[in-house]
This record gives sequence, C-alpha cells and structure tokens, in this order.
Amino acid sequence: MRKFMRRHVLQWALAASVTASLGGHATAQDSQPVKIGYAVSKTGPSAAGAGVTTIPNYELWVKDVNEAGGLKMPDGSQRKIEVIEYDDRSASDEVVRAVERLATQDNVDFILPPWGTGFNLAIAPLMDRLGYPQLAVTSVTDKAPEFAKRWKKSFWFLGGGKDYAEALAKVIGDAKAAGKVEGKIAVVSVADGFGIDLINAARPAFEEAGLEVVLDKTYPLGTSDFATLINDAKGSEADGFVAFSYPPDTFGMTKAAQVAAFNPAIFYVGVGTAFPIYEKVAGTDITGVMGIGGVNASDPKIADYFQRHTDSAGQPPDSWASAITYASLQMLQQAIERVGVDREAVAEELSTGTFETILGETKLEDNQLRQLWWVGQWQDGKFAAIAPAENEGASEPIIPKPDWKQ
Amino acid sequence: MMSRAFLFPIAVIAVAGCLAFLPSYLDDYGIGIMIGLLNAVILATAWALFSGPTGYISLATAAFFGVGAYTVAVLNESVPYPLILIAAAIIGALVSLSIGLATLRLAGIYFVIFTFGLSEMVRQMITWFEVNITGTLGRYIFLPIEPRHIAWQLLGLAALTLVVGWLIRRSKTGLALRVIGDDEVVAAHCGINIARVKVLLFGVSATLLTLAGAIQAPRYVYVEPAIVFNPTLSFLPVIMALLGGARSLIGPTLGAIPLFLLFEWLSASYPNAYSILLGAVFIVIVYALPQGVTGLIRRWRERSASVVQPEEAA
Repeated sequence: MRKFMRRHVLQWALAASVTASLGGHATAQDSQPVKIGYAVSKTGPSAAGAGVTTIPNYELWVKDVNEAGGLKMPDGSQRKIEVIEYDDRSASDEVVRAVERLATQDNVDFILPPWGTGFNLAIAPLMDRLGYPQLAVTSVTDKAPEFAKRWKKSFWFLGGGKDYAEALAKVIGDAKAAGKVEGKIAVVSVADGFGIDLINAARPAFEEAGLEVVLDKTYPLGTSDFATLINDAKGSEADGFVAFSYPPDTFGMTKAAQVAAFNPAIFYVGVGTAFPIYEKVAGTDITGVMGIGGVNASDPKIADYFQRHTDSAGQPPDSWASAITYASLQMLQQAIERVGVDREAVAEELSTGTFETILGETKLEDNQLRQLWWVGQWQDGKFAAIAPAENEGASEPIIPKPDWKQ
Repeated sequence: MMSRAFLFPIAVIAVAGCLAFLPSYLDDYGIGIMIGLLNAVILATAWALFSGPTGYISLATAAFFGVGAYTVAVLNESVPYPLILIAAAIIGALVSLSIGLATLRLAGIYFVIFTFGLSEMVRQMITWFEVNITGTLGRYIFLPIEPRHIAWQLLGLAALTLVVGWLIRRSKTGLALRVIGDDEVVAAHCGINIARVKVLLFGVSATLLTLAGAIQAPRYVYVEPAIVFNPTLSFLPVIMALLGGARSLIGPTLGAIPLFLLFEWLSASYPNAYSILLGAVFIVIVYALPQGVTGLIRRWRERSASVVQPEEAA
C-alpha cells in the first residue's frame, strides 16, 4: 500500500514538473496577456438582458482582438486578452463580491461592467476606490452627470429617462404640427425603476409638446396579459400609443394589439422593440413600430458590425445598447493602445480622447456619451434611428404606422 | 456552575472581539467574504431562533431583509445613520408582530406558503406605494460607510443574535417554545399562551433579520424592490440552518460557514455550473445529514457513551 502511494506521488511530481517546464517555456515565448475580468448575469432575472446586449459583445470583442494578434501597446507590441468571467446570478451582493475577487484575487488589469443600472451603481464606489475605470454602458439614469462627478473614473453611455421621453415627445409633437396625428396619447408604464423614470419625464414633456394624454396607466412588473390594457387604450380614442415597458411586456402588448386590431397612428413600445427577436414575436410586418434606441441604418460600419455579430453569436445584435457596448470596448482598446495598461492614464484618455468606433467619431462629454439615438422605428427590417432628427444618419419617421396585417 | 453557565456569551463576545481586528488587515475581497459569512451566520441563526424550536419553516427572510434595506434607502438622506438603524428595527418589529398576530394560528404547510407569499406581498406593497404615492422607484444610498464598517456592524449583530438566542433559551419563553415545538396540544394544556410566545419569538427573529438588511443596504448603493427582495435570501438560511442543526443555538453557524464558503468556491471556480452543483449539494445534505451537523455529533456522542442519556438541551 505504502509503495503504491509513493509511486503515485512520484508520478504526480513528474507530471507537475513537466507541466511547469512547459508552462515556463510558453510564457517565455509569448508576451504576458492582458487580464480582463467581468461579472455579468448568466442566470437569474437579468440573464435575458445580459445575454442579448452584454455577453455576446464582450465575446465578439475579445475574439476580434485576439484574432488580430492581441491588444496593441504604445510600444507597438501586442498582448492577447485573457478573460476571467463570473456569473453574478442577478444579485447585487454577488456582483460586488465578484468585482472584489477580480480586483484583489485575480489581479485583473481591467474590469468590464455588469449588465443593468442597479448592478453598475452597486459596483461604482468599489471600482472608484480600487482605481478601475468603469464603462457603465447599460445604465439609463438621469443622474449620470452627478455620478460622473462623484466617481471620476466612471463613464455613462446610455443617457437618462428624460432624454428618451423628451425625444419621443418631440417626434409626436412634430407629427402633430405636420397634421399627421391629432396628438391624443394613451400611455402605459411598468411599475419598476425604468418605467417610472420614463413616465415621470414623459408627462411634462408631452404637455410641453402640446399633446393630450387621454389614458395614463401603470401595470405591475410581471404582468402577462395585456388584452385589457390594450382594449382600454383602443377605447380611449387615442391615436398614439406609448408603452414604457420591459421586453416580455413589449412582446405581449404587440401581440395583444394585433389581436385587438388596435392601429393607432403611433405605436411605441419600450425595451425589447430593438431586439432582433421582435420581428419573429410579432410574426408579421412590423414597419412603423417605434421604440427605444435605433441605429444608423445606412451606415456601412453598423452593417459590418451586424454581420460580424451574427456570425459570432448566431443572431444579430439588438439595435439599442449592443452597438454602444461594442463601441465602448473599442474605446477601451484604443485608449490602451495610446497609453498602455496604466488604469489611471486609460481613464484620463477615455475622458478626454477622441475615438474611431462603429458609431463613427466618438468623444465623451463630461464622461458621458451623448451622441445617442433616442427613438427608433422599424423600417424595411431595420430598426432605424429617427430622433434626434437633426443628427446625421437619422431616418424619416413613417407616420401613420401601417395597420397590422392579419 | 455560575461561570459554566455564562461561558457561551463570554465566548461569543471574546470571539467577536478577536474578529474585530480582521477588517483592518484584510483586502477588499477578504472583507467581502467576511461580510458574506457574517450575513449568512446572522440570517441562519435569526431564522432558527423562531423556526428551529417551533418547527415552523418560515420563508419570509427576504421580506424582512428587504424592509430593512428599504428603510435605509428611504431615510438615508434625511436622518442620521444610527437613528435609521433604530427606525429599521422598530419597523421590522411592528411589521412582524402584526403579521404574526394575523397568521401564527396557521400551522404546517399553510404557514410555509403564507410566509413565501409574504415576501412578494411586501414587495408589491412597497412598489405600489412608491409608484402611486412618491412617484419614484429606484432609490440611491450615498452614505460614507465603507465595507469594513459594514463588517464591524455585522460582527456586532452576529454576536447580539447569538447572545439573544442564548438568553431566550435560558428563559421561560425558550422552554415554552420547545414544548410548543414538541407538541402544541400538550403546550396548551400546560397553560402556555401559545400565540403570545410564537408572536414574540417571530418578532425577535424578524427584527434581527431586518437589521441585517439595513446594515448591508449601503453596499447596494441603488435599491429597488427587485434587488432587495431576492427570493434566494429566503431559502439559503433554511438550508444552512438545516445543515448545521436548526434546534441548537450554534448549529446554524456551523451550517452557514461551510455552506457560504462552498458557494463562494463554486461560483469562483465553476461559474457556469453553479446552479447544478448547488442543487446537488442540497440533495446530499438532505439525504446524508437529515439531523444536521449537530445532530450527527450528538449521535456520535451517544454511541460512544453507550449509555442512554436524556437528551441534553444544547
């Protein structure tokens, strides 16, 4: 028995030494990789959003960079990316502990943000204290200017509820001024952080745009039957329907509107409208449906990005935060190329530099991305940006929306 | 005899005193682990204060934890921090007492289902209030509280929870509670006011759970109902206390520490297989250790003593 054990130990020792020498050889040849860590929701309620917007873009970017030989350094050398990833299981305390682990145990060079406003805020003080730049992409908050001041290395990419609500009010207000709609609006919102933020901003914005709100209702998170709500909207004689909704609700309301043959001139639904799956959910022509986000439909850079994303993830990206997520990673990549892996210098470069991304020439203002599309509309199978209308690449809105085909 | 009797609280305070030096030396991750461990110990022990002796499985932990966190979120801009904690404790006590009065006549599976629904109900009530009355849902907590401050507070709360549990066991109420757990009918015939004892203990347990939520709220920075009313929080203390042994005072701690470390190791090493491994661990615990770790130790002791002894009150 003892002999057997000793032989085993010897075998292990031999194997270990061989592995160690091989490992040593490999590191001598390659330059050391840049360690990039992230904790995102792979399971739990946030997994759906993270799985559409965040994870595929992180994977695509890492693949793109490593296939091109790695991240370029200021001295011209290249270093591959080594990824360390965790699942935050959609819980705030998990994401905080995972970031602590990434920073102090795994000693990663950079930390990519989790998905969602709440999770980004939960790690913000920690990232600031540990000195990591935070590219808070998937955070919609009106307090972004305040946060950017509070945490100097934090960057906010998706605007606030006010931006989206006011841009929508302008789109409908302009249509009213052009005589295309009467401007009677039925608005419903989900009773959750996002829905409440938007409806609070939309009420005064609609009033200012000269629109009349004929129905204003809130529904609980997790509602699955929207027939009553849609019928109420239909009965309210509104010619504009606005829903500040989450993806499952967005899909449910679309189906309910088709069943009820509810055909207002403006049909606007919230998060999820920009998802590639929306067309399949509707199962019919969705031209004219408006929602949050949008992309420059005629831009070849965006078309190329859509193609690469489809090849890598098996589905096209969503047309709201996906392209912005990818662009934020390109900014990080270019900042590293200019100043190296010094986090302090990278944060400074992100804050002040100008970058060439799939969004075009990109520059942050007070640590926030402001060149965003606020309202999009499905046109010819693309979720085309329609507001702000004065920006280059904006499409002309189709109003009234064509009736649902039965 | 006297010194022996006070051994437990003295030991608890001594251990807590030693651990109080740790946050000054640990790095961020170490403090994060310490916070997680202490949270698990507090939740499991406070849960077992009521559910252990009575055998009433409560799945309302998330409700009280969330109430505590929300109290901090609502008051953090207008009230000094120590007062917020007191307010959280009072609110937790009031909520649990009113709920207890209404429901503790339920027994068995009805009680389990009710408590599970309770978390959802409290969450929906807060949502309704925020949407219709205050018109805001996400709330921000900007308090100058660092992780090590949270660790220290949790350490104090953990010691308090264990000492409170010890005091209850020594009191008449503790004895009454054990009688109720063994046989409610007998307890009633002995002249024990069953409802009062149960409501009281439910309240004490819930107040401690509320405080745990309140103390950790600054770590969330941003609070909305979906974040703080996390159903996982209701299940973990149950499985931790069952692993350690819910009927002994130190049992939940013995279950909470290894389980928390196991979860942490699983999520660090196998982030993609975590849920599957977690399920497997639960099954193993229920099959292999139905009496918990303390039950196993007791059985070993009994076997080695080989003399039939009356069951010792841990």
